[in-house]
Amino acid sequence: MTHEEAATLIGEHFVGAQVQGGSPLAVTVPVDRWVALARFAKETLGCRFFAFSTAVDWKDGGLEVIAKVDNLDNQLSVLMKTRLGTGVSACPSLVPVYRGANWMERECYDMFGIRFEGHPDLRRILLADDWQGHPLLKSYAVDTPHPPYR
Amino acid sequence: MEVKAPIPVIPAPIWRNIKDLQEWEQFRQHRPEGDKHSALFESVTEGVHAFPGGFVLTTAADAFFNWARKSSVWPVTFGLACCAIEMMATFASRFDVERLGMVPWASPRHSDLMVVSGTVTIKMAPMLERIYDQMPDPKWALSMGSCANSGGPFRHGYHVVKGVDRVIPVDVYVPGCPPPPESLLNGLLLLQDQISHFRRTGQRAAPNPKVD
Repeated sequence: MTHEEAATLIGEHFVGAQVQGGSPLAVTVPVDRWVALARFAKETLGCRFFAFSTAVDWKDGGLEVIAKVDNLDNQLSVLMKTRLGTGVSACPSLVPVYRGANWMERECYDMFGIRFEGHPDLRRILLADDWQGHPLLKSYAVDTPHPPYR
Repeated sequence: MEVKAPIPVIPAPIWRNIKDLQEWEQFRQHRPEGDKHSALFESVTEGVHAFPGGFVLTTAADAFFNWARKSSVWPVTFGLACCAIEMMATFASRFDVERLGMVPWASPRHSDLMVVSGTVTIKMAPMLERIYDQMPDPKWALSMGSCANSGGPFRHGYHVVKGVDRVIPVDVYVPGCPPPPESLLNGLLLLQDQISHFRRTGQRAAPNPKVD
């Protein structure tokens, strides 16, 4: 399957999705189609490898969750994006579809404070358990004190 | 009429005006109660020292003890980041700190020196403090590399302790990113020099002479 065929398939199944061609194929969907897009990419497009998941803080534009999945047989890769609304930090989890999303979403929660609904074990993964705040948010000051070590 | 631009006058740096040094003074850990010693040993030493002519014996004993202390400094292996590679090179055969009587030891309870080699994250700092607390007195700490000295390139990040001297008291700072084995050897020799003046002054050597 080439990227063009995948783009047409996604355009047929997800009305209103913004598809940017090229490699990887960048697909932006609303939040309520997020899990459906992941399931489509895994089962129809054959993207069984979950490469990474992260987020972007667009300040007033809200948070954007990004995940990249690959079809290692056909060199097809899909970059899935969804924009959460302003002030919203809840997003459906991809763990029921991709097991590899587990730790990635924990890191995303750690750094951005996004609460993935349906995640089996959502807790901090990199920072200390008693850490206050989420450091990769733009609203987090880099010189936030951390007593007793600052 | 010609207007002259103001000539910029750059003042010489003054210790008390540098914000980082103010922070260093504010947050550096000290040993408020000094080093712990055996009370019996202390009282016997005091008695001998008070005896007429006894100071000859105590100073000679001090010199002997310091010679023994500085000749067998056992550093606990505590590698945190890339500085640990240079530390390992220093401990290995080419630079060979064993000729100075140092044996890298894998237990803090048998060690005298902690070489903090690398970046101390806020998550790691409680463990570092705990390992340091397990070492028997008298003990020394050497901060190796920019990260351990001041936070280094991560000073303005969110996750790194801005200098390991905010966690434990530090005796010698070795600059560099990472310091080559020669620098670390120089730091170890400086530490041995400090140890040889250990009990004679009654306290640790001043960490750095201030330049004002």
